[in-house]
Amino acid sequence: MAQQSGQQHPISIYFWIWGLLFVFSFFSYMVDYLNFQGTMRWALILIFMFLKAGFILAIFMHMAWERLALKIAILAPPLALLVLVALMMTEADYTFLTRIVFSGEGASLPVHH
Amino acid sequence: MSEAALTDTGDVLPGGTNGVVADFSADKQAFQMPWGKAMMWFFLLSDTFIFGTFLTGYMTVRMSVRDAWPVPSEVFALSFGGEPIPLILIAIMTFILISSSGTMAMAVNMGYRKDRNKTFWLMLATAVFGAMFVSMQVFEWTKLIVDEGVRPWGNPMGAAQFGSTFFMITGFHGLHVSAGVIYLLVIALRVKRGFYEKRGGNYEIVEITGLYWHFVDLVWVFIFAFFYLW
Repeated sequence: MAQQSGQQHPISIYFWIWGLLFVFSFFSYMVDYLNFQGTMRWALILIFMFLKAGFILAIFMHMAWERLALKIAILAPPLALLVLVALMMTEADYTFLTRIVFSGEGASLPVHH
Repeated sequence: MSEAALTDTGDVLPGGTNGVVADFSADKQAFQMPWGKAMMWFFLLSDTFIFGTFLTGYMTVRMSVRDAWPVPSEVFALSFGGEPIPLILIAIMTFILISSSGTMAMAVNMGYRKDRNKTFWLMLATAVFGAMFVSMQVFEWTKLIVDEGVRPWGNPMGAAQFGSTFFMITGFHGLHVSAGVIYLLVIALRVKRGFYEKRGGNYEIVEITGLYWHFVDLVWVFIFAFFYLW
């Protein structure tokens, strides 16, 4: 059994992060309530999402205090998902344009994605 | 950066990047933690890929359809006799899940302090929050299926694929939450009954349970952002 057992940190840090998560969630909700659109909308959505995810991972899941070997083993593989996302974005765009071209309708139709 | 660690045989492992080399080239174990915790991390990694691929599939479909995608803030609005409030149920669900993560973190802390009573009640609170979340999701599903006529193959509001992606992703997540509630209750009862005292007073299991529960919250953070807000 390794010496990592008993990962105790002062309980106050959990309360601070807990509060922070509520704040970020509230801001995320406000992005929709205040009807942000376009680039600003998805930039804010992504920023708050990564902030919340980061704090949950680092503090609640103790990742900040784990050895680097585990950090790498867990965080590096999901980066491969980004490759999948990039590939699928390209393909989806192509599919969308192909559907417009082959349906015979003009590409000037506005579509809410 | 991580600091030096002590293995069970008394060797000192360096921290930082030297530590990565030392860990991966060690002869007994690569990850200096109880095997149960390492295995939970690896299960969560695999689950990350499951949800990641589902969300990527949803992205692909939403980007490639020509029909308008139903606007989430309208679809998921609720009115209490007045103007419809956009996403209010989802906001409440988010706050419930965050609250549950807080009670879980405290339960882990109490577990390491060997306070069995507080650990039990905090794990129970976490499970109750989880059950509330699932109930609200069930309400949401019922509303969409019965009132709005949403099916995996079509809906009156827009792109036909909305239903299948929504039910698949939130369904898988809800299943994970439900499994987590059961898991929490089982471990909480064991803690209360002194099961882990008989096994040497080791409460790492609470932390392992906590890892699973925080993962469930983490997935919701992504679903909330990509499905409901986008």
